[in-house]
Amino acid sequence: MKFGIIVFPGSNCDHDAYHVISKQVGQPVDFIWHRDTNLSSYDAVIIPGGFSYGDYLRAGALARFSPVMESVKKFAASGRFVLGICNGFQILCEAGLLPGALIRNRDLHFICEHIYVRVETSDTPYTNELQTGSVRRIPIAHAEGNYVCDDETLEALRRDDRIVFRYCDADGNVTAAANPNGSRENIAGICNDTRNVLGLMPHPERACEDLLGSSDGRDIFRSLAATLALAA
Amino acid sequence: MKAKVYVSLKPGILDPQGKAIQHSVELLGFGGIADIRQGKYFEIALDDADEQQARESVARIAREVLSNPIIEDYRVEIEG
Repeated sequence: MKFGIIVFPGSNCDHDAYHVISKQVGQPVDFIWHRDTNLSSYDAVIIPGGFSYGDYLRAGALARFSPVMESVKKFAASGRFVLGICNGFQILCEAGLLPGALIRNRDLHFICEHIYVRVETSDTPYTNELQTGSVRRIPIAHAEGNYVCDDETLEALRRDDRIVFRYCDADGNVTAAANPNGSRENIAGICNDTRNVLGLMPHPERACEDLLGSSDGRDIFRSLAATLALAA
Repeated sequence: MKAKVYVSLKPGILDPQGKAIQHSVELLGFGGIADIRQGKYFEIALDDADEQQARESVARIAREVLSNPIIEDYRVEIEG
């Protein structure tokens, strides 16, 4: 199996993701510059966090037009795996690979802190080693993480079990007080209807070693690696 | 030819920046401000001489780049 980390001008969590895949998951991984368009040697790509194109216009809006994104769309359509973290989630929404949009946080602040998310479904390639209902402590770091979508989209997400993570308190209660940014229904991460594309605002790649304060994010990458190992 | 594009948040989409601006306006002493919504404004200089063609081009630019139709509306004005 081989992982690719897509690098846009302004990506800044690319090396964190690379470190996790190479050192924590122990799998081969390359950086992919956003002008490259050949993804044929990869089984999974990660669109990392950061500030692609300086968040000009809207977060993720300009990255959507980078040459690599057409390849990412075909890659996703072929059933291979695309994981968007933070700015990566914003880019996937702008590109139409995931529904909805991420707007300015309810209280305007850039929030950089560890929060709790509840795993809403273990039925994804990214969460199959996690328990549904379990609570993970993972950091967020964003100014535009307020997930919005229309009623129809929300209904589809609920019906098809595509809400993957919700913000919650330490005990797993999904409450208004535990919602850091105003996201609809405390949504922190969703997947597409074929479940191979996942976007989430929290940064699991920053929570893969106890030394960093939490290793709760590691199983997300390990789930994906286990999925790929089974498929091989 | 010049095109002007106005992008605004759809009704019902939270605009915390607009709220903060409204608060500052009120601190300046203005009462009776019911609401302030922040938007974006673009000026596009076009070589195109045909107004209908320009209108169609700019509408597509507004729809596919300048706005996100999930959260925003746009309005185009063409100046000869």
